[in-house]
Amino acid sequence: MNVPQNLRYNTSHEWVLLEGDVATIGISDHAQEELTDVVFVELPPVGKTVDVGDPTAVVESVKAASDIYAPISGEVVEVNNEVEANPALVNTDPYGKGWIFKLKVKNAAQVEALLDAAGYEALIG
Amino acid sequence: MSTIQSTPLENLHVRLGARMVPFAGWNMPVQYTSIMDEHAAVRGAAGIFDISHMGQFLVSGPGALEWLNKMLANNVAKLGHGQGQYSFLLNEAGGVIDDLIVYRTGDSDFFLVVNASMIDEDFAWMAKHQPEDVELRNESALWAGMAVQGPESAAAFAKACPGQTLPPRNGIVRFPVEGGDAVVCRTGYTGEDGFEFFCPAEKGEAWFERFIESGAKACGLGARDTLRLEMCYPLNGSDLSPERTPIEAGLGFFVDLEKGDFIGRDTLANQKAEGLEQKLVALEYTDKGAPPRSHYPLEDAAGNVISELSSGVLSPSLGKGIAMAYVPSALSKLGTELFVDVRGRKFPAKVVKKPFYKPATAKA
Repeated sequence: MNVPQNLRYNTSHEWVLLEGDVATIGISDHAQEELTDVVFVELPPVGKTVDVGDPTAVVESVKAASDIYAPISGEVVEVNNEVEANPALVNTDPYGKGWIFKLKVKNAAQVEALLDAAGYEALIG
Repeated sequence: MSTIQSTPLENLHVRLGARMVPFAGWNMPVQYTSIMDEHAAVRGAAGIFDISHMGQFLVSGPGALEWLNKMLANNVAKLGHGQGQYSFLLNEAGGVIDDLIVYRTGDSDFFLVVNASMIDEDFAWMAKHQPEDVELRNESALWAGMAVQGPESAAAFAKACPGQTLPPRNGIVRFPVEGGDAVVCRTGYTGEDGFEFFCPAEKGEAWFERFIESGAKACGLGARDTLRLEMCYPLNGSDLSPERTPIEAGLGFFVDLEKGDFIGRDTLANQKAEGLEQKLVALEYTDKGAPPRSHYPLEDAAGNVISELSSGVLSPSLGKGIAMAYVPSALSKLGTELFVDVRGRKFPAKVVKKPFYKPATAKA
């Protein structure tokens, strides 16, 4: 299972990459494997403000819809339109082309509070 | 249901890496690799499903034929030896208790395959109406069952059962195997050529593995659902219910109103004479959209909620949303545009001809 060291992780399987005051968010390799074939991604509107734990996007496999929760608070500043057109990117490149949305971060301490790679590896066993 | 039951193949599924889920009171594999993968295997080659959870009833005795014709909506008298037909067990109001397949195995001997969640209810309903000259036996626990489906299923059978011959389409054969008999039926729930193989429960694992070695890929309930919905085959409990008749479900072809009286006939005859208020239609997205799923609201062009989806999925073969729903007859015409509400977003869909998908392989 691929768990990059440079990312932070939410217990609900989102990953976070903080660059400056912008966080890129997607779902982990483990999550995409659990979901299997992703066939639809519902993106949030740019400009939407979200709090920690808010359902912000939806990733759907053939069988089920799964909410993607905001791991931190912030404003949606960019969404990945490419995954809307090609949802399989979430499966094939979950940490790269399969990213889902970007938040302008209010409070960087919230990122620090997330799991690090070792903590997430322990979680998914 | 308080306890989850296991099929004779449960340990094998776990060994094969299946993801197990509770379904209809049974612990069943939903998928082994992925639904898309398994769906494609059945459309393109061969897949094998555990159907041990389904029920098997034996009906025999001098009055068996006459009695079954009173209990079931289709005409059992049309069956020759070794032939099967799709039929319905109806309540007094014509609603569907269960859809099942009845096979004739002798002059007065019948083999019924019923839905997993309905075994007890079907049996109780039938036992309640059982006359003295008919024997009814529930053999569900004795049999392991597997469905091998796909264009290469006949080749898999030939490899796994050398010297044996598949029955013709809708047929049934019985032959001895180690530990008892095998019953092979050639029907299916995917639209592809295929067969069901029933054997003594304790031999189930060995046979399932033998069919895998003969070219069938292990498939779970997820692919079973996408495959059957592409064919518009109804799922009992979703597309069929005690509140809906087979006529409303568009399955009048499997009802014989001319054969004489049967339970539920009056309602069906009235519906046939007076027309239907609602009908089960096939809906296809006109564009890309979020997968439709059962219970999602369905709206007319004016934005009125007219119904909810009884089944829905993103079709792996067609790459777009497909669904079924009961709609007012006025909105059931082919081409009618309706809207599926997915979490507040409306996706346009139109009423299309059934089935959604036509298998490329001709049925034997």
